[in-house]
Amino acid sequence: MDIAFAIFADGIIYGAWLFLVAIGLTLVFGVMKILNVAHGALYAIGAYAAATLVNSSFFGQIEGMAVLIVMLAGAVIAALLLGPFLERVLLRLFYERDEIVLLLVTFGLSLILEDLIKLIWGVYSHYVPGPYALFGDVEIGPLFYVGYDFFIVGLAVVVGLGTYLVLNRTNVGKVVQSVIHDDEISRAMGINVARVYLGAFTFGVFLATLAGAFTAPMIAITPTIGVNAIILSFAVVVIGGLGSIQGAAIGALVVGLSRASAINLWPEAELFVIYAVMSLVLLVRPEGLFGQIQQRKI
Amino acid sequence: MLRKITGQVRVGLRAVSLATIACVCAAPIANAEETFKLGLVNFLSGPAADAFGVPSMNGGELMVEALNAGEVPEPYAGMIGFGGMPIEIIKVDETGGAQVQIQRFRDLVQREEVDAIVGYDGSGDCLAVAPIADELKKVVVFSGCGTPRIFEENSYEYVFRAGSHSTMDNVALAHYVARKLPDAKTVAGFNQNYSWGQDSWRDFSLALKELRPDIETVGELFPETGAGQYGAQINVLMRLKPDVVHSSLWGGDLEAFLLQAGPRKLFDRTNVVFTMAEHVLPRLGDKVPEGLMTGGRGAVGALHPDTPLANWFYSAYEDKYDIPAVQGPFRFVQTILGLKTAVEIAMQENGGKKPTSEEIAAAFKFASFDTPSGPVEMAIGDGHQAIQGNAIGISKWNAQENRVELVDVEYFSAKCINPPNGVMSEEWIKEGFPGAECDN
Repeated sequence: MDIAFAIFADGIIYGAWLFLVAIGLTLVFGVMKILNVAHGALYAIGAYAAATLVNSSFFGQIEGMAVLIVMLAGAVIAALLLGPFLERVLLRLFYERDEIVLLLVTFGLSLILEDLIKLIWGVYSHYVPGPYALFGDVEIGPLFYVGYDFFIVGLAVVVGLGTYLVLNRTNVGKVVQSVIHDDEISRAMGINVARVYLGAFTFGVFLATLAGAFTAPMIAITPTIGVNAIILSFAVVVIGGLGSIQGAAIGALVVGLSRASAINLWPEAELFVIYAVMSLVLLVRPEGLFGQIQQRKI
Repeated sequence: MLRKITGQVRVGLRAVSLATIACVCAAPIANAEETFKLGLVNFLSGPAADAFGVPSMNGGELMVEALNAGEVPEPYAGMIGFGGMPIEIIKVDETGGAQVQIQRFRDLVQREEVDAIVGYDGSGDCLAVAPIADELKKVVVFSGCGTPRIFEENSYEYVFRAGSHSTMDNVALAHYVARKLPDAKTVAGFNQNYSWGQDSWRDFSLALKELRPDIETVGELFPETGAGQYGAQINVLMRLKPDVVHSSLWGGDLEAFLLQAGPRKLFDRTNVVFTMAEHVLPRLGDKVPEGLMTGGRGAVGALHPDTPLANWFYSAYEDKYDIPAVQGPFRFVQTILGLKTAVEIAMQENGGKKPTSEEIAAAFKFASFDTPSGPVEMAIGDGHQAIQGNAIGISKWNAQENRVELVDVEYFSAKCINPPNGVMSEEWIKEGFPGAECDN
């Protein structure tokens, strides 16, 4: 019973965190068809931005739940500084090129951002452990959970639902959906596609920095924290289907529960299980669980 | 800081120091126009950069500057650089994997024409570069690389390691645990899923089994390197309730584990013992849980012996970089001092000329030298692998000095925790440490 509960709880917690990291990746791909390899570096920048603000002499005085607002502000500032700049100055130049070129551009960008992190924050770890204790502990049988873990689950639900509702229930969402279906027709219908791309990419960057900012209290922040996050995010979005928010949610849960099961029952296979599940899904549905078969323009 | 050093270690230290002084004073000085071109390799980017690479390189640069200025205290006082030759350094990033390192090694030797190379922390990099060093006939002295396989499974002419390997680190920790936790009945392992983690757990669990056959292994966890999220693993450890948890985690993974395991009360329920957590103590400060047992892969950092050389290096590093020196800089510096000793012995034997790689390699075998982490002897691996003492202590926050101390420190002599020359580490442990000379 203990094991079953541990697998369920740990799987949900880890899956929620993974979804928070992966949702920006799948959104940017869905709208812009860009597999943004720099998403991991942007996640790391969000963590640094939050730590910098929370540890600053001005915001350092703030206590209690208000610290969460400071962390959110860190994510927003980082996204507003980087998102529009990267989309307008860099990515825009490559929209007419093949998707693989954009993938290579974002890979190069991830290396540049990692070096930028080192230039700004150095190579040594940064910490912001205070908020981790904000929600207390929960003791369940022999297990201890930190309340902050459940806050992350709640945050993932809010972010996921919010993004889904904006895309499916608002005028802005309808405009974005139209660009997703066909940017040329959208342009002909008077939609400012460039502005949609700018907004979608900046929001994708914000989702990355948000995930980094709220992961920061749980970890030691180093320049390479994004590497592992981006690899797992790829597994999540591939399982769920590239570009699908519902798919990312299901993919994150599948990865989270698989990993928790392996750690409890077959620890040596922790990593193997994640990619075995991914391979299995791709064998049955190559486009992912919620992905749609794409027609190729020749 | 509470430091305790055994009489035997002190006597040994003095003997080696005197021997080294004699060697240095007698060494003739090379042509003043000659320099010694030295390649320094370590992680300047990637996950190991903050834990080891950058601090190591900082320590190396500090030592080279001090050697070139003749400012290093006894037993190295008065001799500029290597045998009077100023040292010229070329820094190289170790990131990129084994194939990249092989190419960079060739570049250093063939294009940059370095006289020798020191560094490398990754076990895979060391295993890849070693045969290339022999092929190009260029001396390389490894500063890290935990794997004992380099000299146990192979034989090289130009390859040396002037620091410990994982066996020494984990055997010392097993001795400490066996003594300090007499009531322990169960143990579990929590180590990264690659050679360092697996070798460390193997050596620790085998050694503990020899020392305390009554302790039963109840779990083995091998998280991926760089995972960062350990909630599920911590819950498994909470559920298994072992009396002892062994871990050889390092860097960001170790820091994340400490930050996540503390609030989950893991340290209240079990004794978590670390092979090398010493290097994160200064940075984590008051976030380090009280009562962690840890070493630093040698008498390094806050565990350094009370000698003029060690005290000078520890202070000089903190003055220059505003953070205490930890194991990375200590290991890197002892590698440079080992090479210095070999170069000067070779010069003593060749009449004071700049020595060839062959002469340096011959002089390095079975050499002894003094370091900030105590005496080091190239005693095993047919003279290519160093042995040195190790120290283990327990973490305690000192609010007055605003730093983490290691208290209840015990020092283990090199010959207590290392196999004799020619004996495989794993067999030595399984046979009950034959030939070990333990005085405490």
